[in-house]
Amino acid sequence: MDLSAIDPILLLASLIVASTPILLAALGELVAERAGVLNLGVEGMMITGAICGFAIAVNTGSPFIGFVAAALGGAVLSLLFGLLTQVALANQVASGLALTLFGLGLSALLGQGYQGIKPPPTRSLDIPVLSDLPVVGRILFSHDLMVYLALALVAAVWAMLKYTRAGLILRAVGENHDAAHALGLKVVLVRLLAILFGGACAGLGGAYLSLVRVPQWTEGMTAGYGWIALALVVFASWKAGRVLLGAWLFGGISVLQLNLQPTGIPIPVEYLSMSPYLITILVLVIMSGDKSRAPGSLGRTFHASQ
Amino acid sequence: MTEPLLSIEGLTKAYPGVVANEDVSFDIRAGEVHALLGENGAGKSTLVKMIYGLVKPDSGTMHLHGSLFTPSEPSDARQQGVAMVFQHFSLFDALTVAENVALGMENPPPMRTLAARIREVSETYGLPLDPTRIVGDLSAGERQRVEIIRCLLQEPRLLIMDEPTSVLTPQEVEILFETLRKLTSEGVAILYISHKLEEIRTLCDRATVLRRGRNVGTCDPAQTTAQAMAEMMVGSAFAAPARRNTERGDARLVLDALSVRAPSAFGTSLKKVSLTLHAGEILGIGGVAGNGQDELLAALSGELPVTPGALRLDDTPIGRLPPQARRDLGLFAAPEERLGHAAAPEMSLTENTLLTGATRQGLSQRGFLHWSRARSFAEKVIADFDVRTPGAEVAARALSGGNLQKFVIGREMAHDPEVLIVNQPTWGVDAAAAAFIRQALMDLAAKGAAILVISQDLDELMQISDRFAALNAGRLSDIHPTASLTTEQVGLMMGGAHDMEVAHV
Amino acid sequence: MLKLERRPQPSRTWSALAPVLAVLITMIAGGAMFAALGQDPVEAIRTIFWEPLFGEFAFYYRPQLLVKAAPLILIAIGLALGFRANIWNIGAEGQYIIGALTGAGVGLAFYPTESALIFPLMVLAGALGGWAWAMIPAFLKVRFGTNEILVSLMLVYVAEQLLAKMSLGLLRNPEGRGFPGSRNLRDYPSAHNAEIFADTGIHWGVVAATIAVIFAYILLTRHLLGFHIRLAGQAPRAARFAGVAPARLVLICLGISGALAGLAGMFEVAGPAGQINIEFNVGYGFTAIIVAFLGRLHPIGILLAGLLMALTYIGGEAAESNLGLPAAAIQMFQGMLLFFLLAVDVLTHFRLRWKSAEVA
Repeated sequence: MDLSAIDPILLLASLIVASTPILLAALGELVAERAGVLNLGVEGMMITGAICGFAIAVNTGSPFIGFVAAALGGAVLSLLFGLLTQVALANQVASGLALTLFGLGLSALLGQGYQGIKPPPTRSLDIPVLSDLPVVGRILFSHDLMVYLALALVAAVWAMLKYTRAGLILRAVGENHDAAHALGLKVVLVRLLAILFGGACAGLGGAYLSLVRVPQWTEGMTAGYGWIALALVVFASWKAGRVLLGAWLFGGISVLQLNLQPTGIPIPVEYLSMSPYLITILVLVIMSGDKSRAPGSLGRTFHASQ
Repeated sequence: MTEPLLSIEGLTKAYPGVVANEDVSFDIRAGEVHALLGENGAGKSTLVKMIYGLVKPDSGTMHLHGSLFTPSEPSDARQQGVAMVFQHFSLFDALTVAENVALGMENPPPMRTLAARIREVSETYGLPLDPTRIVGDLSAGERQRVEIIRCLLQEPRLLIMDEPTSVLTPQEVEILFETLRKLTSEGVAILYISHKLEEIRTLCDRATVLRRGRNVGTCDPAQTTAQAMAEMMVGSAFAAPARRNTERGDARLVLDALSVRAPSAFGTSLKKVSLTLHAGEILGIGGVAGNGQDELLAALSGELPVTPGALRLDDTPIGRLPPQARRDLGLFAAPEERLGHAAAPEMSLTENTLLTGATRQGLSQRGFLHWSRARSFAEKVIADFDVRTPGAEVAARALSGGNLQKFVIGREMAHDPEVLIVNQPTWGVDAAAAAFIRQALMDLAAKGAAILVISQDLDELMQISDRFAALNAGRLSDIHPTASLTTEQVGLMMGGAHDMEVAHV
Repeated sequence: MLKLERRPQPSRTWSALAPVLAVLITMIAGGAMFAALGQDPVEAIRTIFWEPLFGEFAFYYRPQLLVKAAPLILIAIGLALGFRANIWNIGAEGQYIIGALTGAGVGLAFYPTESALIFPLMVLAGALGGWAWAMIPAFLKVRFGTNEILVSLMLVYVAEQLLAKMSLGLLRNPEGRGFPGSRNLRDYPSAHNAEIFADTGIHWGVVAATIAVIFAYILLTRHLLGFHIRLAGQAPRAARFAGVAPARLVLICLGISGALAGLAGMFEVAGPAGQINIEFNVGYGFTAIIVAFLGRLHPIGILLAGLLMALTYIGGEAAESNLGLPAAAIQMFQGMLLFFLLAVDVLTHFRLRWKSAEVA
């Protein structure tokens, strides 16, 4: 066993990279859930985003266009879910599962011929002065634009929910859709927008996996990240700031177990690989005592009758 | 005569199977309290929703200040000076008072300004309210204040109030009336929806009566007797329940300092509720909504387990027994919410008999179901309680409120319960069905059953119960014989006026 | 403007018609997808739905139909019980893996002893393994209120890692020259889930699936527990009022579905698959979710849906070898099916009506 092979600075820097996909996906789902929509299709939207982003980036040579395509891909897929649950009034749990199964199939189909290719590199930002700082520079200021975009998005979602009228309306719709409807708020429209935002974020998260984190395309590469993102929303008690905390925690665990694998630590690789999932369960158990923060109308179907 | 503020001409609105409003016309003048009177299902809510822009009329027109008024949505109506206080469903429990108010406004000022305005208006109109409090923690009366203030901040010309007093104590009602009179003196018109005749006679300047969707006349309530208005509402006379002679038997159900923690975050915990329910009597429990009624029913039905000894049936501790075991001992219950609690909406009436009748009626033996027995039991309930339905295979949801209520209460009564607990037995039910249910309850008591009626309808309790007590914040008042009580006393038992004060007129 | 209007009660006609309509729409949409992939859509649909049943090689494909349908039906029956009660076990894939591991583990422990008791023991172990794996989310839900969807799903990934560990470690064939994977149970008569009638595809898993369908049918239509399951799903408060203990239902429903998924895994590893290896699981646990919904959560419906879904698997293989259709296309085809079903299903509960949008 040789733990000295692990460089703590590199570990922290890669923690931030590793947490970004889950952070994006969880943030999108948080907004959807605050609007009262439980979208279990995160995994499907993420993997669709992963292949859309990958394919477009490879074909255009531009990771930026790739990310845009991933957001679009995730949003389009989420629109299917939105139409099913908000217009056709289908059960949200079933529709979310359908979205995941469909997304996995779709991505596998789209991904034919993209296996084993390297995507164009996503450049790290070179921030003058800050990037050159010792330790802090490498941990915090040596990343690509998406990392900062994700962080900015956390702040934006937090501020939107807390301070703006749009945020208030979103929360009201999620809290009690009948009351919101009685006041004349457009429940279905608000929810569709929240679902689309969730889809776009999940798509971005998926593309970050295939374009930066891994970076290549393999079938089923999200490997449960979308589900972990769902768990993260519960962990965060539906608060944006705590999603960040949770994403770092999971990023930390997955980076740590990856770094432990080659050190010869006497734990079989398989057990290390299952640790993120086990820890997700553990966290869910700890957090499930406090359900009071869940939006009141979460997962319920809304139909304006008479 | 002044020009009407709002004039309604020939409004018609049909839903599949029912015509909710047919050719309804009337005027509302500035500065008057105009009552909209009618039974449940007479079309009051639909009419009001059209005025508020939630529903579009099929035909007919409305004029506000003489110009055509076609609100396409509530915000449109609000901008033109129409505001509405809802009976339920328009507050957000998890949000603060100020946030709730802001949601109902078109262009709310920044939160801090808004909070100050809320304090100011609430003081002017005698409705004290802290803008930072979470609405879920408020009492029913306070929640109503939130709605009223939300409306007043928009300086409405027409204020619609849907059954505003159903959640208030008699004292609180007085204070509300003061507030309303102050508003009318400022020229605001109030459209006041109610089916409580005495209230309308005290408060309203004119009344329009709806029956089965049609306007059957406008009258001056002060000059019309309650009897005459009731006949306009109902159309034909129906038998009022006959009071019976009380003979109190042995003690059956004893609540001994029953305390229950509310299962939900915004529920009310029961605090040391004690009472003894005797065979042959009806004990009425009054109180404003949200003072522990649901929790009391759940504790008695067995849905909420309690300390074993706090609840005794014929000296057997039953606090820990689940619902089915209690039914085996002869204790039955009918909750307030018909759809989703007392009955499964999507299931047929036959299937719904299995909720409480599985063992008592032998509908299941060693777990295997006898569908034919369940069907004949359902048919018996339908016949005995005059439930209007095409048959026993119809989904519960397809029945009207009154008919489903008759089925639910009838189902429990058909079990020949020794102890029966009912919550809001006639809530949202038309007058004829309500009279039928009340009569059936009294007949059952006459046969020796011990009955506990939890209700927010004081008139109902005064009419059918032998003794009366009130729930207030989870505590039970002293129990008094109904015959000896005055309205004043009842109001005080229900908690008086809480912390309200008369408007500073 | 098209408006949805709630029906007074769910339409029975549409409830039965919706899956058929969904299959037809999926065929059309699938055909369009195949056309986009450069295939002749009619030929592709024919290869998937017609060839395996009536084509030249039907003698080979037909038995396969039962082999593929058995695990799908077995798992879907269990899932449907839970789904009806609003208890969402979506980790059947994990329970399927664990059932295979425990079932095969017991069989291999006796190797090379021959005894008639070994196979029944394996069946028991498979069911127990799946049951125990499902009890984890069940217990956590009952004790802590933890969301069973997420926990059961996380446990799929854990089970996959365990499967990898077992095929490389404990259960590895000592005579396998270091290749991952266990001994082949088909070469071990006492543990082999062989065909009961030659060339029919009928093995013990098919028998178990048939029994499960009958058992579930009686439970749901004739038994109080089945009624309580339906009641709890449709109206949870009414169920509590009737005296249904939610915790008990969670344990029962997750337990049954776990045991059935475990059985499916055990029959698969002892028969068609033959051995434990890293690629043992092929997603039956997830496809069974589609089967359960397509079968309207009704045992007979699930039987039909399971056969249909098995057909798409087999037809997909045929299309892959005959036409070079990518395997993923079939996966997407199955996903589409569930989508269209949920969309069409709106007609069961709602009526479509044209309404003029003008304001009077």
